[in-house]
Amino acid sequence: MTFYTPIPDELKEYIDKWKLKKGSLIMILRSVQDYYGYVPKKICFSLAKELKAPLARIYEVLTFYNYFKTESPGKYKIAVCMGTACYLKGAAAIIKAIEDKLDIKESQATKDGLFSLENVRCIGCCGIAPNMRINEKIYGKLNKERVSEILDEYINLNAGVSSSQEPPIL
Amino acid sequence: MINAIINGIQIQVEQGTTILDAAKKANIKIPTLCKHPDLDPTAACGICIVKIKGSDKMARSCCTEIEEGMDITTHDAEITAIRRTVLELILSNHPNACLTCIRNQNCELQSIAAEFGIAEEPFEKILSEEKIDESIKTIVLEPEKCIKCGRCVQACQDMQNVWALSFVNRGIKTKIAPAAEFKLAESPCVSCGQCSAYCPVGSIYEYDETSTVWNALNDPSKYCVAQIAPAVRVAIGESFGMESGELATGKLYSLLKRMGFKAVFDTNFGADVTIVEEATEFVKRLRGGEGILPLISSCCPGWVDFMEKFHSDMIPNFSTCKSPHEILATLAKTYYAQKTNIPASDIFMASIMPCIAKKFEVHRSKEMYASGNQDVDVSITTRELVKMIKQTGIDFAALTDSEPDHILADYSGGGTIFGVTGGVMEAGLRTINYLITGKNLEKFDLKDVRGLKGVKEADIRIGEHDLKVAVAHGLGNVEYLMNKIRAARETGQNPPYHFIEAMACPGGCIGGGGQPRNVNDAVRNLRINGLYADDKNCKHRNCHDNPQIKQLYKEFLGEPGGTKSQELLHLYYRKREEYKSYRETDFLF
Ligand code: SF4
Ligand code: SF4
Ligand code: FES
Repeated sequence: MTFYTPIPDELKEYIDKWKLKKGSLIMILRSVQDYYGYVPKKICFSLAKELKAPLARIYEVLTFYNYFKTESPGKYKIAVCMGTACYLKGAAAIIKAIEDKLDIKESQATKDGLFSLENVRCIGCCGIAPNMRINEKIYGKLNKERVSEILDEYINLNAGVSSSQEPPIL
Repeated sequence: MINAIINGIQIQVEQGTTILDAAKKANIKIPTLCKHPDLDPTAACGICIVKIKGSDKMARSCCTEIEEGMDITTHDAEITAIRRTVLELILSNHPNACLTCIRNQNCELQSIAAEFGIAEEPFEKILSEEKIDESIKTIVLEPEKCIKCGRCVQACQDMQNVWALSFVNRGIKTKIAPAAEFKLAESPCVSCGQCSAYCPVGSIYEYDETSTVWNALNDPSKYCVAQIAPAVRVAIGESFGMESGELATGKLYSLLKRMGFKAVFDTNFGADVTIVEEATEFVKRLRGGEGILPLISSCCPGWVDFMEKFHSDMIPNFSTCKSPHEILATLAKTYYAQKTNIPASDIFMASIMPCIAKKFEVHRSKEMYASGNQDVDVSITTRELVKMIKQTGIDFAALTDSEPDHILADYSGGGTIFGVTGGVMEAGLRTINYLITGKNLEKFDLKDVRGLKGVKEADIRIGEHDLKVAVAHGLGNVEYLMNKIRAARETGQNPPYHFIEAMACPGGCIGGGGQPRNVNDAVRNLRINGLYADDKNCKHRNCHDNPQIKQLYKEFLGEPGGTKSQELLHLYYRKREEYKSYRETDFLF
């Protein structure tokens, strides 16, 4: 198996412009994430060849920053607030409830591509902590049961509809 | 020179010395955990902190250079209390598994916890849930025990330039692993084992195969034989209170017989055969026969693995000779089996090696089955043998010498120096000289290729040929030579060298990834001197002069490089992907 996937022209141009400059790996990875919504593994293999950098170097940077996503986000991006108020009001248990219900871990997406889960810092609704956001919609005063109901709504909404999401790459 | 004061003692050290090293000069030991004398400081652990008068911050002594007039305190109640806390925090992420840990009684964290008299654990324990990775079956990664010192990453990236290991994630989630969630077996890892030699705790270690050896020894249907590599004899004694470099050849022969091996051979004999074959191959190429120059040595399986993954354009340059232990094993299951009328399928060959990569080599490709059976049944490291010795209750240091089974054990000086960087080159040139001029060298010692410099280059005149040779050790050092060859090839110039020796481990096999730990250049030099002394004391200095080798060719192999040799003693290479490369044999068997 070889791992070279052509890099889209638009990206390639940007990469060529930056690749000889020292310390520009972060910039390049940002442009990849802007393009795909995350940094796909197959593109990392191609990047390693382009930049003549070990794959491990790229992943050290990629996994160091929370900002970078290595998995394709779901159709519904769940962001659980871990800001101080939410944290104190039990955000950890909310995350656990979502993980258990959807059988994923933080920073992962469900196999059907419907949901992905991440934690974020304060989303500015401390009054109704603990909170989560699903795409642009905010849900407050959460508990385990509420979370389950909300997720079910999304699941029902999509029942029968096949996911538009591509299967996760690699 | 810098003048400073440490704990009230006036000291003078060279500019650029760290506080840690300066303290040693004053006979003060500052505790360390992440710092290894061989590696640059990572300043990860914080246990080496000291106070500097006039500064309100404590400094990490492993990475702070001493300055003129500094007044340093290395030990007081406050410093000790902080160090204790650092240690307790580290222990709060480390399991209490000492009794069943491979590093029990040989662990830097355990020792330091004992030194500090840690008796209770004030912090809640939070352990990593990462799984053990034994996929590669040469080294094992046990993330739960990792203290994140980063030594293995330095070894794998900076020293070896392999980049199989890396820091993944950050903060409490940090782990040491290959990129992109690959398992080690799917990563570029070449099984050099240097990471396992540097890990201070039981988080990276050799894939233990001692039980395979015990089971064979306890199986009456097996005829167990063993061979010992050159580098083992100058290092194993370290684990039994002997000096580094002290030759333990005779003791090893006695030991293996006592453990129940029916015959004891010496890999040095295999090295003599390797040289006769490789020198023949070289002279053929030099005279314009098959193959191109430079010839590149192939006796180090870590290097071979590295080449197949990272420098596969050099395949045509690679010597096709197998490594000495593979050659010896093949001969044990053919030549020796025939002479003694023991069925080859009954013979169980255990290789005792300084090396971890040989655990992979023994089934890397179909040529490792040249005798009709797997030639080497198991390859264990010096460290594994040490463990076995302890289990037998034998007092190793007190053993008297005994004789091996000469037919596959007598060796020349050229064979024994295979264990040091430059040794293959030196032994090779001795025989190449004979093949070209019909005479032996007058001066055997080729000083230019000796020593611990990363890349060594030398010119030597043999007959009418001016030969250029180069030696590199530590995989991080080979790139320079490969690039030089490539540059010449691309511009159509003559190759810059005729013969290249490369070894994966720093110092060559004496610094192998499976050798007793706590190695630095001083220890490497002692081991090296031990093997050069062995060379000097050998009756024959040239591999081709070994009477047992002459006998072998006369009775069994025929001509060096001839049909029989080609069939039994040579191998071929293929390009492999850095990630997800599988053993050829996964498909064959
Ligand atoms: S064995 Fe060598 S190549 Fe493999 S991870 Fe360890 S240092 Fe890297
Ligand atoms: S595996 Fe060992 S050497 Fe590597 S960071 Fe962990 S403790 Fe240090
Ligand atoms: S030994 Fe200095 S920080 Fe670890």
